[in-house]
Amino acid sequence: MMFAASTIAGPEIDWAGLSPLIAVFAGALFVLMLGLLRSRAVREILVPSLSIVSLAVAGGLSVWQWGERTDLLAGALRLDELTLVLTLLFCVAGIATVVLSWRHVAPREAAHGEYHALLLTSIAGMIVLVAAQNLVSVFLGFELLSIPLYVLCATEMRRASSLESGLKYLVVGSVGSATLLYGLAFVYGATGATDFAAIAAVLGTGGGLASDPLLLTGVALTIVGLGFKASVAPFHQWTPDVYEGAPTPITAFMAVATKAAAFGVILRLFDVALIDVSLDWGPPLAALAALTIVVGNVGALGQSSLKRLLAYSSVAQAGYMLAGVVVASRLGLQATVFYLAVYLVMNLAAFAVIVARERDTPLGDDISSLNGLGATRPMLAWPMTIAMLALAGFPATAGFIGKFYLIDAAVDGSYAWLAVFIVVGSMISLAYYLKVIAAIWMRPAEEDASAELALPPPAAEPVLSGGSDEATGARAQGEVVGVAVLFGALTIVLGVVPSPLFNLVRDAGEALGLL
Amino acid sequence: MTLHLSIMLWIPLALGVAGLLLPAKLAPKLALGGTLLVLGYAITYVVDFQSSAGALQYVTDETWIAELGISYALGLDGLNLFLVLLTAILWFACTLWSTFWTPEHAADNPRLYYFHLGLAQTSVLGALLAQDLALFVVFFDLMLVPFFFLTGIWGGARRVQATMKLVIYTLVGSLLMLTAAVATGVLAAEGTDKVSFAFSDLAERSLGSSTQNWLFLAFAAAFLVKMPAFPFHGWMPDGYKAMPLPVLALFSGVLSKVAAYGFLRISLPFFPDASEHFQTLMLLIALASILYGSVMAFTTTHVRLILGYSSIAQLGFIVLGIFALNAQGAQGAILQAFNHGLVVAPAFFVVALLSARAGGSEDIRDMGGIATRAPVLTTLFLVVTFATLAMPGSSNFVGEFLILLGVFETKMTIAIIASSGVVLAAAYALRLFIRSVHNRTGPRVEASEMSMRDGLVLVPLVLAIIAIALYPQFALQRSEPTVTSLSAPPPAAQAEAVVPPGFEIERAP
Repeated sequence: MMFAASTIAGPEIDWAGLSPLIAVFAGALFVLMLGLLRSRAVREILVPSLSIVSLAVAGGLSVWQWGERTDLLAGALRLDELTLVLTLLFCVAGIATVVLSWRHVAPREAAHGEYHALLLTSIAGMIVLVAAQNLVSVFLGFELLSIPLYVLCATEMRRASSLESGLKYLVVGSVGSATLLYGLAFVYGATGATDFAAIAAVLGTGGGLASDPLLLTGVALTIVGLGFKASVAPFHQWTPDVYEGAPTPITAFMAVATKAAAFGVILRLFDVALIDVSLDWGPPLAALAALTIVVGNVGALGQSSLKRLLAYSSVAQAGYMLAGVVVASRLGLQATVFYLAVYLVMNLAAFAVIVARERDTPLGDDISSLNGLGATRPMLAWPMTIAMLALAGFPATAGFIGKFYLIDAAVDGSYAWLAVFIVVGSMISLAYYLKVIAAIWMRPAEEDASAELALPPPAAEPVLSGGSDEATGARAQGEVVGVAVLFGALTIVLGVVPSPLFNLVRDAGEALGLL
Repeated sequence: MTLHLSIMLWIPLALGVAGLLLPAKLAPKLALGGTLLVLGYAITYVVDFQSSAGALQYVTDETWIAELGISYALGLDGLNLFLVLLTAILWFACTLWSTFWTPEHAADNPRLYYFHLGLAQTSVLGALLAQDLALFVVFFDLMLVPFFFLTGIWGGARRVQATMKLVIYTLVGSLLMLTAAVATGVLAAEGTDKVSFAFSDLAERSLGSSTQNWLFLAFAAAFLVKMPAFPFHGWMPDGYKAMPLPVLALFSGVLSKVAAYGFLRISLPFFPDASEHFQTLMLLIALASILYGSVMAFTTTHVRLILGYSSIAQLGFIVLGIFALNAQGAQGAILQAFNHGLVVAPAFFVVALLSARAGGSEDIRDMGGIATRAPVLTTLFLVVTFATLAMPGSSNFVGEFLILLGVFETKMTIAIIASSGVVLAAAYALRLFIRSVHNRTGPRVEASEMSMRDGLVLVPLVLAIIAIALYPQFALQRSEPTVTSLSAPPPAAQAEAVVPPGFEIERAP
């Protein structure tokens, strides 16, 4: 709509193509208004339900639009399978986040309407971002995704670390946005175009990045800006702190959806607009990938907080996925998108377990909260175990196939040394993933902790949770266990029968017309 | 009864999962039934096997992941037939053993235990049967997961550290192998239209010799760590001390053989130039393993470690045979792999019995003096000991003889030094036997004969040792055609043979 207003001729609007985006925006507005009602049932049940419905509708519309490849809004956005497959991922991540937040403290404190409206707006921003094929819409999507997230990180208003997380993310994120904007402006200055296709046309005739300092600076700054969002080292420092402080459902959302959005735009920018100079940006990006793999995995080693551990793990995984971008081939793109999907499944299983344990024990997200889980709560123990094995890349899990695909792409693109880095990173990662599994199965449950969990919630919680009495206890979180079991099972299923996912990804690869 | 390999492959896992969902007391029965079924299948395969044909039999070949060129291809030939049988025998024996074995600490969940045993058997069988490189890697790496849990949950003292060390050590090798496997598939496909990991496709493609070299080394790293061979055995002492005994018997008896089998199945056929290039290096590693393992087995007093180090020495012999790069060596290696598995598992069982009679101690200084009170146990142990030291007349003797014969033909010096390993084996095996059952009675020893229940596990294993000792040709006949086609020059006539010509050494006279 905004684009339409700013165009003089009033371009034809493809409502069908925009429909997933519209569904999410409409949902955001609707739940925001609905959240103003006083009825507790409306706020606590209807608002999240409608959020899920709007995301499900958006996902359904994406499936309906499958196979369409057109420009939307005068070329600002591109509707193709890459957009659609990532939209599907955002919807899945969004639905899972809403379910994990169902009885969480955060939406109660921030008011349900605002919380869910912000979440949906952020998803809308992600859809814009991955569909963007114009520098202006890239920035628009980038901000639309980021700003709600800054707020969402700080929604547990009575917990200082949550506020700290939001503030930190705001400051660092703004620096990232500014850098990105600066970079995009340089690219525009060097090529005289904001449209990806036009940029590609200009670059196709030129002598590469090195011949034009303006363009080189622009691309470098763009990489930095996007690197902030994707947690690529050395721009990852905010990640552990923000992940640790944010409400856990939001951490899960940031880990999987933000990562997918950042890689979506990276893929489109580099594999469409900058594809002709891939020999110039490939090696430096490969160096970043290698650095990210090492920094992420080494950083995770000493962590005792599960959220920090997964934050560093997400840095490392970003490095793996960057390998798929570096090779600038269709295989690489498919491998990256495949890994994004797999990564989403594995991480949601892990975060769901953390959410459950945070409510069950007073230990928070410390690894010791998982001690003895295998004997006491197998329904949580198995998903976590599977998620950790998958993140480490053990076979018979989706993580193995994803890693196999990435290594395949790297070797195929003559980056065998980067494949070796992926493997070396996986070796280091074993040390901390196995530590989690060992806690679950090989350490006895801490007696005092389990004794405490039977007693204290009524005494300790009400201050934070607004007098709610259903927040704790094993029975009060069936939906969280459900998420964990669903995504844990999916991790195995996709590891054994990956073909459906391969089909989605293949269409996405064809859409960009790479070799 | 249809002889579909997939059925045998998935029975253990399927019953393990079923056991997980059914009441706990059913789990051991299901697991035992499963291993018995697999044993039945394995024996049927051995009997039904066409021993004159070198090519694969009972082939299953389906597309698994078309996009990556990975197929679900299984098959039996002379290389893996007896290892499959070994797996079936040992799993049955050790599952039976597990039903009356009690772990050292109370956190016991039988359903989980038998699930992991089943998963382990399926993954070992899968690695042995796989006829696709990627499928092999999947199963080879998967093998580690159940052993990680079995050791970490049911193991002895310091089990968690030991299991972490074990997994990280061996996965370092395995992950290098993963990269190398992907690279093999992708690089071999250059100039062809499609990447494929199927052995049959890889056999028709070739790799440049410098590429072969690094791929060979990556695979070798995985296999040598898993065995373990001499400089790569750092995880072994801790791992062996911490593993629960029935699991250790499986680990030592079967998993190390899968690694040795990997050399025969993958390294030699697909990296023939590199195999020749690194032949001396590999022979030296084998030699070092034999000498180091023997000396350590002779000096240590912990019973598990005596068997552990003796395994290093025996695996050294197997590698020696493989890298003789001729038919005798390879045949000896296959036979010896089968023999060693068959010997080491009952040895660990005897260790468990002896340890129970020595007040729980696993140190040979605390044992001894039970021979007259437990004559049956002692006799059975004696058979096992004789087989271990490759007494003439035992199948181990035939295996070691073939191996040394093979090496004599290529590297005389190494063969002569390696022969000393045979003598050393006699020294450490007899030392173990004498100190643990004869000698002065240990301080806390309470001698008693073994029970019927123990006999159920031990006697069939010893009978198997005797059977193969009486008639080793039974195994040799079945492996010969495949091994011969391995070592034959690569004429077009061999093109349809699934196992490609690998050795560049002239045919054995």
